[in-house]
Amino acid sequence: MDPHYPLAFILNGARVEHEVSVRTTLADLLRHQIGQTATHVGCEQGSCGACTVVVDGRMVRACLIFAIQLEGADIKTSDGFADDALMISLRRAFTERNALQCGFCTSGMLIAGHDLLSRVAQPGRREIREKISGNFCRCTGYEAIVDAIWKVAQEMPDTRAGA
Amino acid sequence: MSDPAIKPHRYTEFVGQDKPRRNAVRHAYGRGRFVDDIAFANLAHVAFFRSPHAHAEILSIDTAAARALPGVVDVFTAQDLTEICTPWVGALDHFPGLKSPEQWPLAMGRANWNGEPVVAVVAESRAIAEDGVDLIVVEWKELPPVVGIEQARAKDAPLVHPEFGSNLCFAMTLKAGDVVAAFRDADLVVEDTLDLGRQTALTLEPRGIVADFDPSLRKLTAYHSTQTVYQMQDVFCRHFGLSEENVRVIAPDVGGSFGMKLHVYGEEMSAVAASIRIGRPVKFVADRMESFLSDIHLREHKVHARMALSKAGEILAMDVDDATGIGPFSVYPRTSAMEGNQALRLMGAPYKMANYHGRLSVLFQNKAPTCQFRAVGHPIGITVTEHMVDLAARALNLDPFEIRRRNVVTKDMYPHTTPTGYILERLSHEECLARLETLMDYPRLRAEQAEARQRGIYRGIGIGTFIEITNPGPAFYGIGNARISSQDGCMMKLEPSGKIRAAVSISETGQGTETVMAQVAATYLGVDVEHVDVITGDTERTPYGGASWASRGAGIGGATVMQAALALKASILEIAGVILQGEANDFDLRAGQIVNRADGQIRMSLAEIGRIAYFRTDTLPANVHPQLSVVRHYVPQGTPFDFTNGVQASYLEVDIETGIVTLLDHWVVEDCGIILNRQLVDEQIRGGVVHGLGSALFEECLYSATGQMLTTTMADYLAPLASEMPDIHIDHICTPTEMTPLGAKGVGEAGTAAAGAVVLNAVNDALHPLGAVLRQTPLTPERILKALGRI
Repeated sequence: MDPHYPLAFILNGARVEHEVSVRTTLADLLRHQIGQTATHVGCEQGSCGACTVVVDGRMVRACLIFAIQLEGADIKTSDGFADDALMISLRRAFTERNALQCGFCTSGMLIAGHDLLSRVAQPGRREIREKISGNFCRCTGYEAIVDAIWKVAQEMPDTRAGA
Repeated sequence: MSDPAIKPHRYTEFVGQDKPRRNAVRHAYGRGRFVDDIAFANLAHVAFFRSPHAHAEILSIDTAAARALPGVVDVFTAQDLTEICTPWVGALDHFPGLKSPEQWPLAMGRANWNGEPVVAVVAESRAIAEDGVDLIVVEWKELPPVVGIEQARAKDAPLVHPEFGSNLCFAMTLKAGDVVAAFRDADLVVEDTLDLGRQTALTLEPRGIVADFDPSLRKLTAYHSTQTVYQMQDVFCRHFGLSEENVRVIAPDVGGSFGMKLHVYGEEMSAVAASIRIGRPVKFVADRMESFLSDIHLREHKVHARMALSKAGEILAMDVDDATGIGPFSVYPRTSAMEGNQALRLMGAPYKMANYHGRLSVLFQNKAPTCQFRAVGHPIGITVTEHMVDLAARALNLDPFEIRRRNVVTKDMYPHTTPTGYILERLSHEECLARLETLMDYPRLRAEQAEARQRGIYRGIGIGTFIEITNPGPAFYGIGNARISSQDGCMMKLEPSGKIRAAVSISETGQGTETVMAQVAATYLGVDVEHVDVITGDTERTPYGGASWASRGAGIGGATVMQAALALKASILEIAGVILQGEANDFDLRAGQIVNRADGQIRMSLAEIGRIAYFRTDTLPANVHPQLSVVRHYVPQGTPFDFTNGVQASYLEVDIETGIVTLLDHWVVEDCGIILNRQLVDEQIRGGVVHGLGSALFEECLYSATGQMLTTTMADYLAPLASEMPDIHIDHICTPTEMTPLGAKGVGEAGTAAAGAVVLNAVNDALHPLGAVLRQTPLTPERILKALGRI
C-alpha cells in the first residue's frame, strides 16, 4: 500500500485536511476520498475538460494535478458555486436551453462558461466557442451551450472592473 | 388506433414542451449519479492485462507476482472462468451463414486484437489492481495480423481464425430488377471507390459497471452504464447460470451511449465473474485508453459503386460492392453484420431507382470489434449514394437540387417499397428539398461561392437526401431469435398525493426520454407534466421491455405510456363516478382536477381521489376496489420499421494551401412525424449532425501495419470541439405515421445519417474547379492536399 501524507487546503470555502498518496490526483481525491462526485473524469489525459475545477482562481484539470501539490490551495468545484449569482444564471440557462443531455460534461462546461463571463464583457459567439473548446461534449453539438452562455452574457449587469 | 378517444389528441400540442427536463436540472447542479459515483465500503476494483499484440498465441501466463502483491484480492484468466461462465457467439438466425468463434470474457488461448483483455486483477483499489497488472508476465508466439480490408480479403491473406478457412464472417447479396440491362442501356455510368474510416464512440462517460453478487441467494445486482438493462439481465443470467429473477440490472445516469453501450464486453463480464468469485462488489470503469482499445469501433468500409443514369438524370440502377472490417468477432448479441446489412439496404433508398445489385462482405481483422452505433449503416449508404448522385449531376451539368428533385420518390408513389425491400409508408422528400432550398437561400449562396472563387477562395455546397430507420419491430432482432424485446411496458400509478408515477421500460441516456414520457402521460391523463414522475433503467422496478436503441423511445415507448395513461384515467374516473355518485362518463380529468365532462366545473382534485381511495375506503360502497395502478404493454404494429426522411446541406471553405476545411453553415430539414418536444428533437439532430461532421473531418481509429492502435488519446483521435463546429439550422416537415397511435417516429439517427455525406459533397464541390475529388474520410488536410497534388 502507498504511504500517505497529510494535506490541508480550502475546499469550496472550508478548510479541510486529508491524507493522500503521492500518486492521487486531485480528481481522485475529490471523487473517491472526499465523495464529491460532481467533478467528472472523462479522459485522465487533460483533453476532455470534464474534471475542470478552479484552483487559486484559475481553471485547472483536476485529473492532471496531484493532490499533494495543493497544500494551502483554494479549490472550488461545481459544489462551490451554490450562492454564486452568475453560476445560478448559467445553470438556469443551461436547463432552459437543454444545453446538456447526459450531463457528464456539464460541471466542467459550466465552470468554463463562468470563467469566461467573469473575465470578458459581452463575449461574441465565436469567443464563447473558442473558450469552451477545451471541453468536449458528445451529446449536444455545442450550439445550445453557446446559446445558453450567450444569453446569460446578454442579461448580466456589467460590473467588471475596466469593463 | 382503435380507440376513438385517441384521435382528437393527435395533432394537439403535447403538454409541458416548454418545461426544462428535470434531469437537466439535476445535472446542472452536479447531482447526477453515474456508475463511477457509486461506492460501497467493501468495493473491490478490477483492472486488465491487455494484449500488446494484434494476433498472438498465449504460451504461458505467470500471475504469481501479481497475486503476491499486498492489496490484490484475486487474479484470473479465461481458463479460470470455464466453471462459472459459458462462452458466447455473436450470430443470429436471420443472418444465415454468419460465422464467429466462441468468445470468453478474457482471451482464450489466443489474443485477437491489440488491447483485448487477457488477465483480470482484482484489488482493494484501482491503483493496486493496475500495479498488479504490471506484474503479469505472458509468453507469446506472435501470429501474422490482418489489419486492412484489402488485406483481409486477399487470397493469400493470413487467417484471423484458421478454423474458418477464410476471413469472411458473413456475405450477402441483394438483387432487384435487371441491373445488367439498366447499365447496358444507360446514357451515363458513374463509378467510384470510397474508403470510409473506422471510428469509435467516445462517450464522455466511459463504460462502467459495479457488479455486486450475493452468494447467500446467488443474486446479482449490477449497476451498469448500459442502454439496455433487460438484455443485460438476460445475458448475465444465462452466461453465469443464475436465475433470471435473481439478476437485477440498474442503469444509473448514463453519460452518453449512442449504441456503444448496447453490447457485451469482456471487461463487464469479468467484473461480474470477479464478484461471483470473491463475493464482494467489484467495479470496472474504463479509462480513456481502455475505451479506445476496447469499446466497439464502427464503420470501416471500402465501397465500390456504380450508378447508371439516363440523359435526363434519371437514376436507373446502382451496383454496389461493400466490404467492411469488423475485427476478430461478430459482437454479441446483436452481431456485427447489421451495420453492413443496413448500409447495403439504404443505398439509393430515397430515389425511384428500380434496379439494384448489392454485395456485402463482412471481414474479420485483428483490430477492435465493430458493431452497431448511432445511425447504423446510414452514413455509409447515404455517403456512397449522394457521392454518386453528385458525380452524375456534374457529368450531366445538372444542379444538385435538380437531379435530386427528378429522382426522389414522390407523394403519389406511397406506400413504396425500395429495391432492397424497405417499405416506406409515406415520406416527404419533395417538401423537404423545397424547404431546404428556401431555408439556405441557395441562389444567394451559389452567387457568393462564385464571387469567392474570383478571389481564389474555394467554397463548396453539399446536399444530401436521406431516409432513417426508426421504431423497429421484432424484425430487427426477435426474428433472429435474439432475446431482445421489441415491445415495451409502462406501470403507472396514482400516488396518495394525487401525483403520478410511471415506471417505463424505455431508458434514459440524456436524450430526454423521461421528459417525453412524462409529457405523453400528462397529455393523455389530463394532469400537469410536473406532476408525473418517471422511473427508468431498473429490471426490478420497471416492466420488461426493449429499452432505448434504434430511435424507438418516442414512437414505441410513447405509445406504451399513452396506453397506460388512458387506462389509469379510466380507473380514476370510475372511482370519481362512485365518489360523486354519477357515472364515470359524466366526468373528465383536466389539469389535475376531476371536472364535469359537460360544463368543465371542477368537482374534486386528484389528491382528494387519492385520500379517499387509499385511506377512507370506509366511505366507499361495498365491493369497490379502486384500481389506481395499471400496467400496459405495447407491441409495434404495421411495417417492420417506421422510416423518417430529410435533407441536409453544408456550406464550407477549403484552404487549398493548408488543406484545412472550415465549416461555414449547416442545414437540416427533416420529417419525424408528430413532434412531441421540439427542443429535444432539435437538440438530438444537432448532436447527431456533429457526430457526422466529426466522422467526415476528424475522427479515425488508426492502426499500424502490425495492428497496433495508434490513436489512444483524445490528442490523437480528434473529435469535434465547439470552436470548429458551425451553428446548425433546422426545420421540420410533419408527415405523421399511421403505424403508431402518437404519429411519432424516431429522430436519434437523422443528424448523423447524412451530415458526413454533405460535407464530402461540399468539399468536392469546392475543389471541382481544381479537378480534385476526395474519396476517403475523414477529409484530413493531408488527404485534401494529396488530392490537390500539392504533396
